[in-house]
Amino acid sequence: MNEKAEKKSLLKNPSFQAILTSLICIALGLLIGYIVLLIINPVGAGEAIKTILLNFLSRSSHPARMKALGNTLAKTAPLLMCALSICFCYKVGLFNIGAAGQYEAGACFGLYAALAWHMPWFVCLLIAALAGAVVGAISGALKAYRNVNEVISGIMLNWILLYLTNMMLNKVKDPASPYTLKLASANKAALIPTAGLNAMFSNNKTVTLAIPLAILFAILIWVILSKTKFGYELKATGYNKEAAMYAGMKEKQNIIVTLAIGGALAGIGAAFLFLTGYQEWSTTQTSVPGMGFNGIAATFLGGLHPIGTIFASFFIQSITDGGALINKSVYPSQISDLISSIIIYLCGFVLFFKFALNNWIDRGSKKKEVSKVTGKEIKADDASKGGDK
Amino acid sequence: MLLLVQYTIIFASVLCLVALGGCFSEHSGVINLGLEGIMVMGALGGAVTMFLLPSDSSKIVIVLATTLAAVIIGVIYSCLLAVASINFKADQTLIGTAMNLLATAAATVFVRAMNTSLNPDNVSSSIQYIHEKKAFLKYIGKFEFNWFMLMAIVLLIVSYFVLYKTKFGLRLQACGENPQAADSVGINVYAMRWAGVLISGFLGGLGGIVYITAGVSEWKFEMGVAGFGFLALAVMIFGQWRPTKIALAALLFGMFRALSNVYTGIGFLAALHMPSTVYNMLPYIISLIVLAFTSKNSRAPKAEGIPYDKGMR
Repeated sequence: MNEKAEKKSLLKNPSFQAILTSLICIALGLLIGYIVLLIINPVGAGEAIKTILLNFLSRSSHPARMKALGNTLAKTAPLLMCALSICFCYKVGLFNIGAAGQYEAGACFGLYAALAWHMPWFVCLLIAALAGAVVGAISGALKAYRNVNEVISGIMLNWILLYLTNMMLNKVKDPASPYTLKLASANKAALIPTAGLNAMFSNNKTVTLAIPLAILFAILIWVILSKTKFGYELKATGYNKEAAMYAGMKEKQNIIVTLAIGGALAGIGAAFLFLTGYQEWSTTQTSVPGMGFNGIAATFLGGLHPIGTIFASFFIQSITDGGALINKSVYPSQISDLISSIIIYLCGFVLFFKFALNNWIDRGSKKKEVSKVTGKEIKADDASKGGDK
Repeated sequence: MLLLVQYTIIFASVLCLVALGGCFSEHSGVINLGLEGIMVMGALGGAVTMFLLPSDSSKIVIVLATTLAAVIIGVIYSCLLAVASINFKADQTLIGTAMNLLATAAATVFVRAMNTSLNPDNVSSSIQYIHEKKAFLKYIGKFEFNWFMLMAIVLLIVSYFVLYKTKFGLRLQACGENPQAADSVGINVYAMRWAGVLISGFLGGLGGIVYITAGVSEWKFEMGVAGFGFLALAVMIFGQWRPTKIALAALLFGMFRALSNVYTGIGFLAALHMPSTVYNMLPYIISLIVLAFTSKNSRAPKAEGIPYDKGMR
């Protein structure tokens, strides 16, 4: 009896429910991905989905595995920052789809500071954060003062900043290719220090301080949102703008500050990718980088909790990297994008799922009570029902 | 200059169609952020049809089959939004975003798989339709008339008529303004919202195929539709959710989009020596500024974005 009660309380526990629903979303997403692979070519589908799931574990030797894990971690850090940006804003009732644009702003000014002004890494990082914050604040100000939906303005800014970044970074690009100059040769001081972390990952130089810093940011955001007055005010504004205003909170200012913080997080995310030398910005790219959008997947998969987001970001990045490893002459690598977008879609049903789960638990416990009670109590129950009518 | 007019009209047709789609959906009470994805899917359906049709098909067959395929795929894809947001009361912003990502990923996977199965060395994500595209064009002097332009005008008039002059249209709008009141007089709110979303799928899918046949004869599906669905949403907001104003807004936005294609051919613009990226940015910058000035007294349907719950009064 005791055991059963415990099981029920576990099922009712919100964090357990969040993890359960996320796992169900992942399982369904992978299942659909597997079916698509089967349709394309049934022979290697099992192998392919295994590769996507295992990612670095599918490498043959231990050093190669660690190196691949390092690469995945290096890209998880920026993804986590974008996810935190979206998570933070969502908690305040704002859908920060503009994270992609704020990320571009961070890349633009962070790289420009590194390559044109030869700044050290921490200055570049600050500039990137500032650039992202400014872009976020533009969205916020438009929302607060001009009633422009932050989703629409965010999307417009994504495209504006894409072209702006291409234009700006065109000045510091490698003359022979569309990519910006390599930091390792142009300005070593702008590379985020590895602090010995690279030794653990088969000397993978892209494993830097960025990874522990990103995790620290996740904890910081969690603390701000759930333990401080500032976070409480922001959340109150998100729940009910009018009530927050009535309680003496500056609701307009809160909206702008929220999006500015979100922007700073996304801007730092860009710095965490481009200042590790993992890759360069291509000045001819014509689509908004996917990092900001994958951040949405990571946020919702992480159950809208900063700590959950850490694991979700790693998972999303891991299947994306895994997708790049499958046999490209048979399967398109975008299959991972397909899986993660299906996961986001399914996350929309999470509320309904939780509702159904709680309903099911409640009904179960009611039945048990009914079977336990004596006839007298049943009568009383009936009487109360009659009263309801 | 003629080229500018021609591009303006074709881009305006796209924006007008898609914005009308958004208009129907929002009047029924559902925010359709997935228009971008619906466009991609419509474009995919149309492009694949053009690719698969035998090359000796008559022009009328090509036009009808392509349009029909785009529309059908668009409607089917919009069901994803309808099911989630109407029946399961999901967050409409999240579902719309997911649909946009899903459409680009699915289209890329589909086209690459198709290309690879036909030719193992071909791993590109583009479809060519140089020959088939000619079926849509008719030259009037030097002006390249496109059948889609006519379709856009007809659908604009039909939309206006349906929204304001029919029982269906007025009921649809009631569901977006006050669904509880609509329900109390016997209107099935869920059915009306489904209708609104499906109509937006119809128009969005059509807009998608028009967009990828405007000016180019090959499409790389990795690119999606480059934010055009969102531009259409801006057109809809600027047009105050009304078909007539939407048409005018579409012309304005279409012109700015057309400028980025043809500015080199216009004397004084070419003389300014501005980088082409400036022209690429222009439509988005303009729409942001325009939105900043028009959103304050917005005429958005009052109940849009709020899932309808029968139990809530």
